[in-house]
Amino acid sequence: MSFLSRYIFSTNHKTIGIQYFVLALTAALLGTALSVLMRLHLTYPEAKIRLFEILWPNAAAGGVMTPELYLSLMTMHGTIMVFFVLTTVPQGGFGNFFLPLQIGAEDMAFPRINMLSFWATALAFLVLCSAFVVEGGAPLAGWTAYPPLSAVGSIAGPGMGKGMTLWVVSIALFCAASLMGAINFITTILEMRTRGMSLFRMPLTCWAWLVTALISLFAFAVLFAAGILLLLDREAGTSFFLPAGLVINDRILDRKGGSPLLWQHLFWFFGHPEVYIAILPGMGVVSTVLSVFSRKPVFGYRAMVWAMLAIGFLGFLVWGHHMFISGMSPYSSLAFSVLTLAIGVPSAVKTFNWLGTILGGRLHLETAMLWALAFVSVFVTGGLSGIALGQPALDMYFHDTYFVVGHFHIIMGVAAVFSILAGTFYWWPKMTGRMLSETLGRVHFYVTFLGVYAVFIPMHFAGIVGNPRRYSDFGQFEFLKDVQGLHKFITHAAFLTAAVQLLFIFNLIWSLYRGKKAGDNPWNATTLEWLPPSHQPHIVVRGAYDYSVPGARRDFLMQNESNGQ
Amino acid sequence: MNVAAAGARRRASFTGLYAFFATMIMFFGAFTSAMVVRRGASKDWQGVPTPNLLWINTGVLALSSVVAERARRDLQNGNRRLFNTLWAAATVLGACFVAGQIIVWRDLQQAGVYINSHSGGAFFYVGTVAHAAHLAGGWIAMVYLLVRAFSLQLGPGRRTAVDITTLYWHFLGVLWLYLLWLFWFWGNWE
Amino acid sequence: MFFAILLWITAFAVAAGFFVKRWWFPPPISRHAMAFDSLFAANLIAGGIIFLAVQLALGFVIFRYRDRGQRATFSTGSTRLEIILISLTAILFLGAVAASSGLWSAVHFTSMQSSDLKIETAGKQFAWSFRYPGPDGKFGKTDVRLINDAAGNPFGIPDDDAAGKDDIATSALRIPAGRPVQLLLHSHDVLHNFFVRELRVKQDLVPGMEIPLRIQADKTGEYEIACSELCGLGHHQMRSVLIVMPAAEFDAWLAQQGKRKQ
Ligand code: HEM
Ligand SMILES: [Cu+2]
Ligand SMILES: [Cu+2]
Repeated sequence: MSFLSRYIFSTNHKTIGIQYFVLALTAALLGTALSVLMRLHLTYPEAKIRLFEILWPNAAAGGVMTPELYLSLMTMHGTIMVFFVLTTVPQGGFGNFFLPLQIGAEDMAFPRINMLSFWATALAFLVLCSAFVVEGGAPLAGWTAYPPLSAVGSIAGPGMGKGMTLWVVSIALFCAASLMGAINFITTILEMRTRGMSLFRMPLTCWAWLVTALISLFAFAVLFAAGILLLLDREAGTSFFLPAGLVINDRILDRKGGSPLLWQHLFWFFGHPEVYIAILPGMGVVSTVLSVFSRKPVFGYRAMVWAMLAIGFLGFLVWGHHMFISGMSPYSSLAFSVLTLAIGVPSAVKTFNWLGTILGGRLHLETAMLWALAFVSVFVTGGLSGIALGQPALDMYFHDTYFVVGHFHIIMGVAAVFSILAGTFYWWPKMTGRMLSETLGRVHFYVTFLGVYAVFIPMHFAGIVGNPRRYSDFGQFEFLKDVQGLHKFITHAAFLTAAVQLLFIFNLIWSLYRGKKAGDNPWNATTLEWLPPSHQPHIVVRGAYDYSVPGARRDFLMQNESNGQ
Repeated sequence: MNVAAAGARRRASFTGLYAFFATMIMFFGAFTSAMVVRRGASKDWQGVPTPNLLWINTGVLALSSVVAERARRDLQNGNRRLFNTLWAAATVLGACFVAGQIIVWRDLQQAGVYINSHSGGAFFYVGTVAHAAHLAGGWIAMVYLLVRAFSLQLGPGRRTAVDITTLYWHFLGVLWLYLLWLFWFWGNWE
Repeated sequence: MFFAILLWITAFAVAAGFFVKRWWFPPPISRHAMAFDSLFAANLIAGGIIFLAVQLALGFVIFRYRDRGQRATFSTGSTRLEIILISLTAILFLGAVAASSGLWSAVHFTSMQSSDLKIETAGKQFAWSFRYPGPDGKFGKTDVRLINDAAGNPFGIPDDDAAGKDDIATSALRIPAGRPVQLLLHSHDVLHNFFVRELRVKQDLVPGMEIPLRIQADKTGEYEIACSELCGLGHHQMRSVLIVMPAAEFDAWLAQQGKRKQ
């Protein structure tokens, strides 16, 4: 095998998994760096900062960010984090690497499509990043790209010309890639399981990947369609999202009859399921890690499966909670509100079962376990603010304030990132053959855990004061004078949190060269990926979480192990 | 490859295809719901005229589907020669359909219906071009299989790709009927 | 163990943050706003109890069952417990919807009275304008081609329209205290959002749509109007003020503006 076919255009699921992981790690570093720059500008809007000027000689001439630069960083930060980090690692990264191993398949069902899917994702990332360097810079319409702002071209502001077009193209490519990935996952799980691996013996990670793939299959198709319509409104003069009589920047536009709300419906029909695409695989990882490190079976395995299926299904019925105050019929708001809180029920089931899993266990508090426990903590925190936002009467105040920013960062950003970190600490030995440093891991963990609470809880307070989000400067309003101190605190906490991530990167690199060699099954786990590589197909005889089975010879029984007494 | 593994591969191919159908349904479903909303949102809705060529195109595509199906069964029964002929015919018919569509688009443009001239036209072009793009994918697969057939790589035991492609082709036929109904019947319905 | 303690401290710190209310809502100026505050308080108390209960329980389990060489109990779940918990949460969550839907309905389903004062509220990048129908009680026609801010015609009212002659256009929103007012929300260009914190009300402005919003303020004073839907690079400066005047003073002001126009 040549270098190219082994490391670049490889069809091997493990290589592709690592490729996704590395791509997402790059994206995460970029996205975090952007957030730090944003915080810096928000806190010191007038300060002359050399770094800004070096990076953007025009848009930050003299070291002061223009509003459009801030908004473009915000848009890129959100897009990168949601699509290229949270949608990429848990499914594309971990999923590709571990799904075939866990169900005893040789590879994914369609290895070439798998490779194509990765390269389309990588291309999408490049296209997105190229928006930074084209004329006008990156778009400033936010990751939700609401028209008319996003549909009328550069008269709506710098970045809304070429930059915005690149954004749409990038997202369309990403959709295509995700669809290919979803087809692959579904087929692999349904058709490639080894003997004895019935669906209800699968580890919860596999269930999570299955449900996620199903959601992706439906959701990304809709985003893809919406993206095409938006592109046509921009480039071909159609009026899907543009009503008659628009006057933008003193120019009268010759469009008629479209509806800006149509985009919001299509976008959120994708967008809400998307948050489950981001979090479900993480739930799978957390369930597994909690079980392994408690030496106890997952509490309520079947309930966990049904909860995921319920979340996947209900996830398609709640998109309107992003549109309570959009001008949509107030009657639908009430319906969406009921459905939104209904989806809280399966989420609560999961939380109970996580607590039930660790209750009465023997908790080994390794770093992977700490991340999983912290996931439960932030999931509850973010879920509770979600209950408030799910009520239209309350959203009527909180919509588009920092309360929302705090809420979604905790439940989507932080929770998903914690599960990714849990997965990384848990699976790294399998991926690289070496252990990560527990000491570095713990320091990184504790600072991050405190850091995210320090960053994102105060954002709720700013939201309660009424602080709107997507403001590049808080100096224009009297009432925002009061939150400046709060924002300064948030920024300092964000700096610390971002900085300590370098420790994690260092840990990864250090481990590659110096990490302790890992055995085949360093955590004494039961699932098939921890078996030594073999060419014989495994025959599965039991479920995925047989820990501390009474009468067994040790405190775990691997899935292919008959009761070894 | 042993028999069991080959069977698994065949099943996987079908499952993958069904999953692909599901996304296509969502994709065209999204267009449809956008169209319904867009039509309801304003009073400027206009349908698209119906050139006669469309009915011919529809016939061509249907015939192509029927011929492909016959070819598929011939391959299954080991009648490779007939398969080659019929499959080639289905492929040519498929190309005729796309050529016919191109003429329809051109005629409509000459009649002043552009993508940005009115609401019905916009959805019409989006829907039919998206259909044609999916069709082109299937057509490339047909040509590829034709090449494989002539280099004697297909047979009753190696026919999954043909089965899959035929099924996909039928799906596109049904999708076409749906679009026809959507644009010419529903779209022009007062 | 260390983590359990950290978790407890964090949970208490978060709860304290919400408890001391150093950063909080501005005082309410309407009945709706007061009802909102009690609804939020109820959510906060219920949510706070759940929050503390779960976080403390999590910390407790971590502390209690940390590895001390004990044997883990073997248990795979309990359907009965599962059903009980599902029912409890379902009741709790649906109760929350039921409790809050009244407030939403009060804002959106109270029928508009024809006697309400109507004020057209228009947003465009990055300014607000307001239009009162003037003494004749009728809004004049508008034409986007005639919009001219510099000439004091932000709505594009033609010169020859009788109904439009007496319309009053302002850049601050003046309303009478204690009387319901109907805002008719419009946008000329992109999405905007009308948000007044003290009213606890927020509503998008969507081009191509006229969205009515019924408000009533009972306390006189000046309050800031902040755009709360991303509308472009000047979003953060799209500000105006809501001036709530004693009703009599307002009537006098409106009459005087009307006269000036004639
Ligand atoms: C160090 C960690 C992070 C910090 C300090 C941070 C900070 C910020 C800030 C300041 C904004 C802009 C708020 C505004 O102006 O309205 C923002 C927006 C956003 N962030 Fe983060 N963020 C972090 C991590 C993440 C992660 C992990 C995600 C993954 C979901 C994420 C997703 C988003 C999204 C989706 C937006 C919205 C962008 C938009 O309004 O279009 N962030 N973040
Ligand atoms: Cu949502
Ligand atoms: Cu704005």
